[in-house]
Amino acid sequence: MSESANVIQFFTGFRLNDLPFLAQAAGNTLLISVIAISIGTVFGCLFGWALYASKYARYILGSILDVFRSVPLIIQLLLFFNFFPILGFPLDPFAAGCVVLIVYMSSLVAQVARGGIEAVPESMRRASRSLGMSYFQDMRYVVWPIGVRAMLPAWTGVALGVLKDSALVSVLGYLELLRASQILITRTQEPFIILAIVGAFYFALSYPIGKITAKLEKRWQYD
Amino acid sequence: MDYTFHWRPVIKALPDLFSAALVTLEVAVLSMIIGIAIGLLLAMMRLYGSRPMYYVATIWVELARNTPALLQLFFFGFGLGAFGWHLSPFMIVLCGLSFNNAGYLAENFRGGFQAIPKPQYNAARCLGMSASQTYIRIIIPQVFKLVYYPMTNQMVWAVLMSSLGMLVGFRELSGATQFLASNTFRLFEFFLVAAVFYYVLVKLILLVAHLISRRLFTY
Repeated sequence: MSESANVIQFFTGFRLNDLPFLAQAAGNTLLISVIAISIGTVFGCLFGWALYASKYARYILGSILDVFRSVPLIIQLLLFFNFFPILGFPLDPFAAGCVVLIVYMSSLVAQVARGGIEAVPESMRRASRSLGMSYFQDMRYVVWPIGVRAMLPAWTGVALGVLKDSALVSVLGYLELLRASQILITRTQEPFIILAIVGAFYFALSYPIGKITAKLEKRWQYD
Repeated sequence: MDYTFHWRPVIKALPDLFSAALVTLEVAVLSMIIGIAIGLLLAMMRLYGSRPMYYVATIWVELARNTPALLQLFFFGFGLGAFGWHLSPFMIVLCGLSFNNAGYLAENFRGGFQAIPKPQYNAARCLGMSASQTYIRIIIPQVFKLVYYPMTNQMVWAVLMSSLGMLVGFRELSGATQFLASNTFRLFEFFLVAAVFYYVLVKLILLVAHLISRRLFTY
């Protein structure tokens, strides 16, 4: 009888049927970041518009949004997550992560959107107004098409940043890619290969988006 | 709401938090210096290097930009253990941040190099400068001026990213805060104060960067 038969195996190596588990976790990462990016972009554009349009908004809203950009996301997450039990109703990690990521995303997008509106030449907007467009028509048909093209590269950077920063929600206990990797590492004791696989998952999520928008940006330059 | 705030443990711990903030600043500055050096090298490798050098630099840049910083830290912390390299928490954070900074800065530097008009290089060579003199005296100072603002941004990111050190056991501002908070169970108060510390730190960095830029780029 061989020696190894008497040894009880506590740790099992990485197996192929761990991949669906990781894929599910990647789905969770994608879910929370899609929610954060889409809602955050809507709010961010509104904030950016407010920052551009009103001087008071620039001082008040601007300095509030500035706080979210100057405090590490992990501290924001922990603060928010620990704040709700104080009020008396604890939040689950997914909801807390969503809210913090949405606020974070919108504070970043606000700056980008403001830059996008400012990229539209003033003379062009005067021209559209003097041709009889209303303020909102001007916004819709003149500022929007030009501004979106101007803000696309920066917006992509911010969106990819939030996709990657969603890894921090693992700290609250939400089962996304990085937390799944920690669980697998604890079981298999093979940190190198699992971190490499998880890195590949993140890469596969993030790299194509960057490339597609780079291509889109190039195409939009010449029309 | 039946929660009472207790600020006394936080006030008692303020000196500890100050020294922890210094550690945060230290690791961020060091990682920035290493990141600038490697980033410059990577940018030159991508622009002027041979095929293999180009691929090495590109893989570095794309890996640094397309994976979360936390994953990179875990990689340096736990992944390298597979090869028997066990880094101290300080080294984990320093390596992770330098890797990340170098990747992001390399892209900025590449843009900066491409923005310098080619005739300047030719003119410098015509005036009798060697290639390295041209780069050190003519090209790189202009690149630094162009990428100065992205570099201050990256410095701020480095400070914010160093907060991830708390997850690999490094006692910088966040790590120390978590340690002190779990001593006293005053989680919310401690992290609120840490947030204020970070805010002040970031504003100070931006102020110093602004003052330096006024002194450097007067012409």
